[in-house]
Amino acid sequence: MGYIRELNLKAILAIETMTNKKIIYLDNNSTTPCDPRVVEAMLPYFHNMPGNAASRNHPFGWQAEEAVDYAREQIADLISVDPREIIFTSGATEADNLAIKGVFEMYARKGNHIITAKTEHKAVLDSCKKIEKMGGEVTYLDVDASGRVNLQDLENAITDKTILVSLMWANNETGVIQDMKAIGDICEKHGVLFMSDATQAVGKIPVNPKEVGVHLMAFTAHKMYGPKGVGALSDSRKSPRVKVTAQLDGGGHERGMRSGTLNVPGIVGMGKAAEIAKKEMVADAARLSVLRDKLEKAFLDTVEEVYVNGSTEHRMPHVTNISFKHVEGEGLMMTFNQNIAVSSGSACTSASLEPSYVLIALGLGDDLAHSSLRLSLGRFTTDEEIEMAISSISEGVKHMRDLSPIWEMYKEGVDLDSVVWQEH
Amino acid sequence: MAYSEKVIEHFKNPKNVGTLDKSKKNVGTGLVGAPECGDVMRLQIEVSDEGKIMDAKFKTFGCGSAIASSSLATEWLKGKTLDEAESIDNMDIVEELALPPVKIHCSVLAEDAIKSAIEDYKNKQA
Repeated sequence: MGYIRELNLKAILAIETMTNKKIIYLDNNSTTPCDPRVVEAMLPYFHNMPGNAASRNHPFGWQAEEAVDYAREQIADLISVDPREIIFTSGATEADNLAIKGVFEMYARKGNHIITAKTEHKAVLDSCKKIEKMGGEVTYLDVDASGRVNLQDLENAITDKTILVSLMWANNETGVIQDMKAIGDICEKHGVLFMSDATQAVGKIPVNPKEVGVHLMAFTAHKMYGPKGVGALSDSRKSPRVKVTAQLDGGGHERGMRSGTLNVPGIVGMGKAAEIAKKEMVADAARLSVLRDKLEKAFLDTVEEVYVNGSTEHRMPHVTNISFKHVEGEGLMMTFNQNIAVSSGSACTSASLEPSYVLIALGLGDDLAHSSLRLSLGRFTTDEEIEMAISSISEGVKHMRDLSPIWEMYKEGVDLDSVVWQEH
Repeated sequence: MAYSEKVIEHFKNPKNVGTLDKSKKNVGTGLVGAPECGDVMRLQIEVSDEGKIMDAKFKTFGCGSAIASSSLATEWLKGKTLDEAESIDNMDIVEELALPPVKIHCSVLAEDAIKSAIEDYKNKQA
């Protein structure tokens, strides 16, 4: 007897019938919808051209291999690397794991010290924790209020045992972009490998790892309007030639660095997404930057006690991370989540009941972290949707402040920092 | 995580939102939680000379479940004696609102708020 859970269609349908309009999607940093052109490119590889790219001996295999090679070129072209420098993985998390653990194992004789930052994605941080259990040493750099790493701190942290610096190109919560060239120069100066989790940047802004001195770079399809389940690690093959110890064994695919049958439809989709991004990302970014600024300005101008988190000078064009003081983030989202999809740094939204560690690292203070929303626009976001978001979110803030005792206290002039709170 | 219908109802149409005059002798005020924790509840009761709760008001800084828990608490408090109010248990709130395990602490805070308000009232009578 087979047990297959019945799809909870009732709940899904309930969402659709509650509102006659489509839900506005402002959570593109979490994932992006596939571009219809990407879906179209992928479809033939499910049934009509279903070959395994490693099947050497018949046309099905050759077709699949050809499609993969083509996608490899499309992706390499987007980031200006050699197609042979692309290792396909199941996503950026796997690519991060492969880079960090793969370098740690491969360069064990050279050293065991890795430098990273407190604001990295969990895929990097948890890989580093594993490294520590395996006998490695990790330095977790602080960031300043703008979200950027201090370059002097980085340089001071490098020792003769340092084998890798891992710093993300753009942060997933705040959109803040690191000073990649300066970091690359420091790594070059000290002969240390530079790895970057560029998941939030690739396909959205021009990213050229060789130009800034990045040797290993992780990214994924589903943040650039491609499918989930496929990503890549780009790995420098010349000056220097960087090798990583495979983390998945079994068949020696991807030049022995990542075994496993290639996700051909996914890879085709990723290639198409890369090709579209190359053509359209600059125009997308310009358009979205205007919409993002409009959204942000509307809140800053018309709502009291609003704070933008992270550098506004060095950040992705489509992201804003905002705190609405004395309003809790999950509650705020609940006022409009039937119409608008966003994220929050509030503890209430995490399984661990901890507020966003990225915002804490920026020095925000727990209360502003609990009050934060992350709004991330995308290719399919329209002007009209932004207008609706401004009004729905502003109304939501008002509703929550009417319910908030600390807003009332703030308005009465009470100094909340001097209150003795009765915590339990 | 889908919210229960009751939580959504309390959230969209919270009962008894507001402020009672804390300087009045028959008003007890409970303020529990802390902004750094992401949860602050203020629950107030107005008690009659016979020791019955005539009115209850709340304001909460917190998520939907926290707001629903405190809204429900004020609904339950009205008309109860102080002893009956003391016996309200957080698990009653969890059951009524169908709170998932990760939100049980919201009901605990609501129970704390009730007890804190009653204690404040009693201190004022002494």
